[in-house]
Amino acid sequence: MRYIRPLSIEDAVGQLAGAVGPAAILAGGSDLLVRMKGGFIEPELIVDIKAIAGLSDITETADGFRIGAAVPCAVLGENAALKKAWPGVVEAAKLIGSKQVQGRCTIVGNLCNASPAADSVPALVAAAAKAVVAGPSGKRTIAVEAVPTGPGRTSLAKGEIIEAILLDKRAPHAGDAYQRFIPRTEMDIAVVSAGVNLTIDEAGVIKAARVALGAAAPTVLLVEEAAEVLTGRKPDEATLERLAKVCSGACRPIDDKRGTIEFRRKVAGVLAKRVATTAYQRAGGK
Amino acid sequence: MAGVAVSTTINGDLVEYLCQPDETLLEVLRDRLGLTGAKEGCGTGDCGACSVIVDNRLVCSCLVLGAEAEGRQIETIEGMAHGDQLHPLQQKFLEHAALQCGVCTPGFLIAAKDLLAKNPSPTEEEIRFGLAGNLCRCTGYDKIVRAVQDAANVMKGA
Repeated sequence: MRYIRPLSIEDAVGQLAGAVGPAAILAGGSDLLVRMKGGFIEPELIVDIKAIAGLSDITETADGFRIGAAVPCAVLGENAALKKAWPGVVEAAKLIGSKQVQGRCTIVGNLCNASPAADSVPALVAAAAKAVVAGPSGKRTIAVEAVPTGPGRTSLAKGEIIEAILLDKRAPHAGDAYQRFIPRTEMDIAVVSAGVNLTIDEAGVIKAARVALGAAAPTVLLVEEAAEVLTGRKPDEATLERLAKVCSGACRPIDDKRGTIEFRRKVAGVLAKRVATTAYQRAGGK
Repeated sequence: MAGVAVSTTINGDLVEYLCQPDETLLEVLRDRLGLTGAKEGCGTGDCGACSVIVDNRLVCSCLVLGAEAEGRQIETIEGMAHGDQLHPLQQKFLEHAALQCGVCTPGFLIAAKDLLAKNPSPTEEEIRFGLAGNLCRCTGYDKIVRAVQDAANVMKGA
């Protein structure tokens, strides 16, 4: 096995593209090292991307925020501007693992690990976040929801690296939120989860909405019907009930030791209501 | 197989070592450098017994490669006391009997040190959440929480 620490994204892409055996990208390592230890992956090449310029930075631009692929989730939580603009994304990222794991884990790693239960992913999808992909044929920017294609699988081709996540500049009167259900208060994986992002008008009517569910299907679900339910309305009781029904109906969950299909369906609806209410309050709605 | 040459700083001392690319920082600390304070509990980042601080960040050393330590500042439990002078957290863990078998203790002390460095006056809830990445199967945590609260008071007065 070889360990390399390239200084440029082009070098990293070239090394990955030219790798003969299995190759792995290392940022925080909180998934990779566990999988190596368990014998699930035996990479011949590990490409540590933390020395690449810009990948460890959160940059505020005219368009919004650029979060480098090597930024640990703990750093997201310490960035006051990001927290103010995208509280739902930050609260989701902060739910991953312990303090120790927070010091290492990244949202790009969470995305590329492609677990259906990844906490940061529904929040990113609700936020309409984009991923900047660097590869052998150049760079492209894709929607976050286009990355995972199934449990443990992504749409990334050989040699491709997600170098950053982009979040838009916040419109006024907008807010996002994320919640998950777990049977304890810390250190667990979502049984089911929901992320909601809302923009409202001066009168408190929802102008735009994105609703995403986690651990409810093989990949994150962007529930467009749920957005339609919310758009043009205020989150009154009847609207929230319809939202819950639509979200429960959109789920395609599995039965496993952490929850049954029936339970996940019900809780997806409950969480969608609660998260939409929080997002609405954060947008300034009353 | 040739190793990876690493130059790093551990508890203020410059340290150089050769390690294999798949060797964890925990393995390097324990097996190559004789720093056996950090323990392997789970080896998968769940228990916190291997906690160390890397560039001011609390991490599980079982989830860091030894090769990644190049150019970093690492703090381990071995650097916590000054000679015979125990760190207030160590002293309070003793006074409150906040340990039984002791395997988790170095990790708790490092995590508590990191917690108090960032939040000198944590509430009980903040301590419990802050130490949620450290598992103890003996004490039931209450004594640990009280020891951290007491140490925080001592350190604020110092």
